[in-house]
Amino acid sequence: MVAQQVNEVASPQPGRTGSGRARKGSKSKEQTGIAYLFLSPWIAGAVLLTIGPMVASLYLSFTDYNLFTAPEWVGLDNYIRLFTQDDRFMSSVGVTFQYVFLSAPLKLAAALGVALLLNRPRKGQGFYRSAFYAPSLLGASVGIALVWRSLFTDDGAVDSLLSSVGINTGGWINQPDYAMYVIVILAVWQFGAPMVIFLAGLKQIPQDLYDAAAVDGASTWKTFTSVTLPMLSPVIFFNLVMEIIQSFQSFTGAFVVSNGQGGPADSTLFYTLYLYQRGFQDFQMGYASAMAWLLLLTIALFTGLVFKTSGRWVFYAGEDK
Amino acid sequence: MSTATLTAPEDRGQTPVTSPKRKKPGRVRTVAWHAVILAFIAVLLYPIAWLLGASFKPANEVITSLALLPESPTWQNFVDAVAGIGGTSFGTFLYNSLFIAGGSVIGNVVSCVLAAYAFARLRFKLSKLMFGFMLMTLMLPHHVVLIPQYIIFQNMGMVDTFWPLILPKFLATEAFFVFLMIQFMRGLPRELDEAATIDGCGPLRLFYYIILPLARPALITTAIFTFIWTWNDFFSQLIYLSSPSNYTLPLALRLFIDQTSVSAYGPMFAMSVLTLVPIALFFFAFQRYLVQGLATSGLKG
Repeated sequence: MVAQQVNEVASPQPGRTGSGRARKGSKSKEQTGIAYLFLSPWIAGAVLLTIGPMVASLYLSFTDYNLFTAPEWVGLDNYIRLFTQDDRFMSSVGVTFQYVFLSAPLKLAAALGVALLLNRPRKGQGFYRSAFYAPSLLGASVGIALVWRSLFTDDGAVDSLLSSVGINTGGWINQPDYAMYVIVILAVWQFGAPMVIFLAGLKQIPQDLYDAAAVDGASTWKTFTSVTLPMLSPVIFFNLVMEIIQSFQSFTGAFVVSNGQGGPADSTLFYTLYLYQRGFQDFQMGYASAMAWLLLLTIALFTGLVFKTSGRWVFYAGEDK
Repeated sequence: MSTATLTAPEDRGQTPVTSPKRKKPGRVRTVAWHAVILAFIAVLLYPIAWLLGASFKPANEVITSLALLPESPTWQNFVDAVAGIGGTSFGTFLYNSLFIAGGSVIGNVVSCVLAAYAFARLRFKLSKLMFGFMLMTLMLPHHVVLIPQYIIFQNMGMVDTFWPLILPKFLATEAFFVFLMIQFMRGLPRELDEAATIDGCGPLRLFYYIILPLARPALITTAIFTFIWTWNDFFSQLIYLSSPSNYTLPLALRLFIDQTSVSAYGPMFAMSVLTLVPIALFFFAFQRYLVQGLATSGLKG
């Protein structure tokens, strides 16, 4: 879906090029003028708040900079230190990978499952959709993260429920083995956003294909794997890319649940949380910039990988190559 | 295409339209379906209901109880929450949050719709290059530009003011909304432009009288999501705001976390509830737009 849209938008609009009139004369000049006028806020933002800062951040990543004295060039020092001397960095990488690999697939599976359940028109459909979608809006707030923190604390509601059936965990947020799952559950709970996108995708699948499958006597499972999944693959692809990009940058849940510490025993020290600690608590701006660039590279790498393999499993309707 | 094997037989015209798949499901199955969905929703919405209940519970009941309804409900938590924390009143936090969210909505809608119109409907030299760059920024993690942006705002003396939170919105830095509006505008028929041009409409009037009114759904979606995201945005506010009188509601809530004594839990939940109220209101008022906007654009919550 993404690739398709990108292609579509990036190519010049064919309907327009046909009329050569528009190209010359004062009309196109007027258009250019207005285009730049309308784009001026965006251009200012792109230059001052994106391109400039990107260059600066790349430069800072090779320096030692504490915000108060001039940056001092240290070459690759920050990067070398990150990988060879910083155990907390390495554990934040591990924690983040664990989170991404757990939460993204679980969330998408839940989203797809519920979307399939809701797909057929039935009474109350609108209400159900909204109910499933609500956590996606609320879940990003500090208020809900606090609820999670309280539900999973020692002697908290979940703990007392589990104790009542004979399982003694002693609270989740204070134990390194469990704390991560609290945040994963919080993330998966917000499956409503990808679910709505799946629903839209399911609607696009022509009924003919299902009719044909029924005529061929295909089982429900066979129909799912041979019709639904391939036809839905562009949407799965889109959701997967979005989920990967987002979950690598996840912050609020980990910050609130661990009270800004990333504990216990750094088990919820998410990458962005550690970046925040280094940059805005220890004022090691150069070091944090190096971390930011590694994050960019990692996200680019993973999105690239998904794009690369997508040729094998993403099918676009009407694409016969 | 993998589905080719399943294509309908050639004589499809003669097959009855009502395939077995489309038959109305049996009554038992329908009831079972509703039961499953409702059970699922109950589990899903339990934390929210629990929060609501907890906000009315006295201190000794709050944490351990799984029960949704308080045994002895009290308003005291809300009274304490509204009284504020650290010498700053709840009203101040609320005002700060509203101001920042409101400013962001205006900034985002205005700057993004202008940029989107230029990209979607106007022809100019660098359009491909700029568009490519805009798409790239869609995927750029905020953290890469975060530190230099912070330094810029610090040098301008804007740290601990609302400027760093609102100003970028006026510069269309949220590429997602630009992209959303471009996609929407591209869906509007080109014939409109041509007809208007023949009638002597320039691009400015075309924008104002034709595109802008038609793009209203996209504008509303942008406004709603900007409000909710800004309202919830914790990271930027945490970095840029330092004095409690400038704190927004999420930051004020965080102040409550630091008071981990049991007695603070009730007011903390009351405040959480109050923080979620505007989002809930927006949700109920605009859920149609939210779900549609999301479905048509691939926007995330």
